[in-house]
Amino acid sequence: MKIIYTDALIVGGGLAGLRSAIAARDKGLDTIVISMVPVKRSHSAAAQGGMQASLGNTIKGEGDNEDIHFADTVKGSDWGCDQDVARMFVTTAPKAIRELAAWGVPWNRIGKGPREVIINGQKETIVEKDEAHGLINARDFGGTKKWRTCYTSDATGHTMLYAVANEALKRDVEIHDKKEAISIIHESGICSGVIARDLISGELIAYVARGTMIATGGYGRIYKQSTNAIICKGIGIAIALETGIVQLGNMEAVQFHPTPIVPSGILLTEGCRGDGGVLRDKDGYRFMPDYEPEKKELASRDVVSRRMIEHIRKGKGVKSPYGDHLWLDISILGREHIEKNLHDVQDISKTFNGIDPADEGEKGWMPVLPMQHYSMGGIRVKPTGETPTLKGLFCSGEAACWDLHGFNRLGGNSVSEAVVAGMIVGEYFAEYCANTHLNTNTFTIEKFLEAQREYLQEILSYDGGRNIFDIKDRMRTIMQEKVGVFRNGKDLNDAVNELEDLLKMVKEITVTDKSLCNNPELNEAYRVTKMLKLALCVAKGALDRTESRGAHFREDYTKRDDINWLKRTIATWVNPNDTMPTLSYEALDISKMEMPPAFRGYGKKGAIVLNPLSKKREEEIVKIKETLGSVDRFTMQEALMDYDLPKDYKRKNERVGVGYD
Amino acid sequence: MINKSTQVEENTEGYREIEITVFRYNSQNKNDTPEYQTYKLIETPGMTLYIALIKIWSTMDHHLSFDFVCRAGICGSCSMVVNGKPRLACKTRTNEFEDGKITLLPLPTFKHIKDLSVDTGNWMNAMSKKVESWIHTKEKTDIAAIEKPIEPEDAQAVFDLDRCIECGICLASCSTKIMREDFVGAVGLNRTARFAIDPHDERTDAEFYELIGDDNGVFGCMSLMGCEDHCPKELPLQTKIAYMRRKMVKA
Repeated sequence: MKIIYTDALIVGGGLAGLRSAIAARDKGLDTIVISMVPVKRSHSAAAQGGMQASLGNTIKGEGDNEDIHFADTVKGSDWGCDQDVARMFVTTAPKAIRELAAWGVPWNRIGKGPREVIINGQKETIVEKDEAHGLINARDFGGTKKWRTCYTSDATGHTMLYAVANEALKRDVEIHDKKEAISIIHESGICSGVIARDLISGELIAYVARGTMIATGGYGRIYKQSTNAIICKGIGIAIALETGIVQLGNMEAVQFHPTPIVPSGILLTEGCRGDGGVLRDKDGYRFMPDYEPEKKELASRDVVSRRMIEHIRKGKGVKSPYGDHLWLDISILGREHIEKNLHDVQDISKTFNGIDPADEGEKGWMPVLPMQHYSMGGIRVKPTGETPTLKGLFCSGEAACWDLHGFNRLGGNSVSEAVVAGMIVGEYFAEYCANTHLNTNTFTIEKFLEAQREYLQEILSYDGGRNIFDIKDRMRTIMQEKVGVFRNGKDLNDAVNELEDLLKMVKEITVTDKSLCNNPELNEAYRVTKMLKLALCVAKGALDRTESRGAHFREDYTKRDDINWLKRTIATWVNPNDTMPTLSYEALDISKMEMPPAFRGYGKKGAIVLNPLSKKREEEIVKIKETLGSVDRFTMQEALMDYDLPKDYKRKNERVGVGYD
Repeated sequence: MINKSTQVEENTEGYREIEITVFRYNSQNKNDTPEYQTYKLIETPGMTLYIALIKIWSTMDHHLSFDFVCRAGICGSCSMVVNGKPRLACKTRTNEFEDGKITLLPLPTFKHIKDLSVDTGNWMNAMSKKVESWIHTKEKTDIAAIEKPIEPEDAQAVFDLDRCIECGICLASCSTKIMREDFVGAVGLNRTARFAIDPHDERTDAEFYELIGDDNGVFGCMSLMGCEDHCPKELPLQTKIAYMRRKMVKA
């Protein structure tokens, strides 16, 4: 039996996992990161457009601060987020970006004086301040009041991931790649590591640690069409679910990005629209201003995706062998801008579609259609990042339901969450590991290892003749067709039933190659089983949630219902032989919110059933403000909703022209 | 090597049939013998080697091993030798090959795992440590304070070199690497050039000399330019190696 002991164990080597590893090493802890792929290949690298942080350097971001970033994030989430966590996040984001700058991320910088930009389809000249020269630049993104998204061309995730990975290597974080965690070791409510599979030798290894963190990203690949990398199968989330103890939050909250390219599903960044690109229909008509007069193409992603499908349903889509699509036009930005700031977008479009988006007019238009992009749901954790039900198990990044994004994440808040959570949750995690003694024994470890050995053998012994690839395809098609942008009770009910049948059907497959080592068919067999459990959590969560909130839209319940549904869906898998998750709900408390639920300012008007407690809390807030009189914004904020941060992350952030105010 | 067998997909749409021949060998199994296997499949519009290999794996041969992650040309996982040239498989379209015959070999110079799968992560991590691929500075950063200003052109110049995705294609195209196991290659030398021009990094030329001033570093390059010819990110590798060499000669 192979056992590897360490102080801090991190599963997943993307931005959240590696930044957490740095926090652990900086406390002197022995730290191991295990990853399915070389860490620099993690899906964080695919983030294109940027990272939100309220630096307020550019003239178009002037006046930006934590309060505005907070309000944008809460509205974006359709009031589904945890406002404590949103506050923790917006306060730390400027520090995260400045730390990354010092680590060498070559953020695009401001040049003083005039420069030409495209706003609302028109050329405009903006003048950058002298004192902002050389400071970090920002571009516009959806659902934000200010230009706040900092970037390195359209390869932001790549440069961030490389900087953080190199800093982890510098600190001698041990990286074990081509290892996949397949179960969590736990006893008496305490987590003490994972059982992992060496994807080269097939060997099972017990990684035993004082504390364990899951940072394995999202579950986009349960959908047929997704922008996600093919490793984004949610296995880390699934093994947490399979403990029977750990809870998943809001799994039905799945984001569809407006502009993946057709048919490959490769993402074209929101930066395309942020920098002035527009959406057009089959007549070349720019339709978004008709639907969203104020934010136009830059409403939040859930709203733009729905408007696009709505427009296609009116017969305005462009016919193609891959179904109807719309056009994304960035040619109006000019070749020079595209080659410098949207370099990868141009490369993707040229390589996969033979279209150079810098070509003028129709010739440069790129075919786009909303597709699965981001998982707001995940392992439910406390603001410290620890699961409330299994001590010593932490989670950060997209794998977590921390819950920063509620029912819709803003563009630019994902890589930002990954590093910020790596700092905050990483710090709480490191503290836990430093102060905890390992409390397990080889009997328990062996029991978990043996269970996985038996499980893999069991899969190889199935002999029903079915093919796991067919089951996977069917699952992905069901999710695509019945649990997509627009949802309804009948389809969701069908989806739940059919997914349950598929899960039962897994026992009727035959794996043709009986080898335990280097057997991609066996890998698929246990992964698809785990994916089916997550798909059921998504579909069942969506079926039972009879309202529309953020990215979850019900055609039969079109209103956001704050009276009955201002709550988080919690999914658990109580018994290993269950074929359906058990759902319960965690209420959000309006009386403690800094920003009680209201209209977002975009999307359909009059589609909210407001909770009377919103008005009550608003009145309370007015009273608190009156009582306090003229105090600074930090004192006011603290009075409305106090929150904690580790280290010195709560310090005020300095900004050009305003200092620390 | 023998040609094991040919598997054929049924043609229903009237598209052309292509032939993909793949190197098959399991390095983990001492009794295995290397062989080629050919798959005949229908070329759908816009087909890339990613689409083709996934199709072969999911419908014709579940045992075939290869490495894909992003399938969009940005993660560097899927480098392999395509009709004699190292390339990213996900960015290679099958219609480029007029006769419809494509032969795939695993990327050389890396530890072979199975079929088209190789171990790049451990080599790249070791290289990153060897060239100390991180900012060296005595300055302490206060992360709550306004960041150090950087000239926009300087940031852009660093970004242009930071675009490397560690795909390993420069090494597979390099004659020195075949002779010298520990040669850091264009990937390592480009990385040092990236830090050498980064205004945050305080290392002197003499300090870089300690890292790359030998035959496993900048003096190992024979200027055959295979790296730059094949780099999928079109990085100016030869210019940057020359830049570092000039600095190192002076150091």
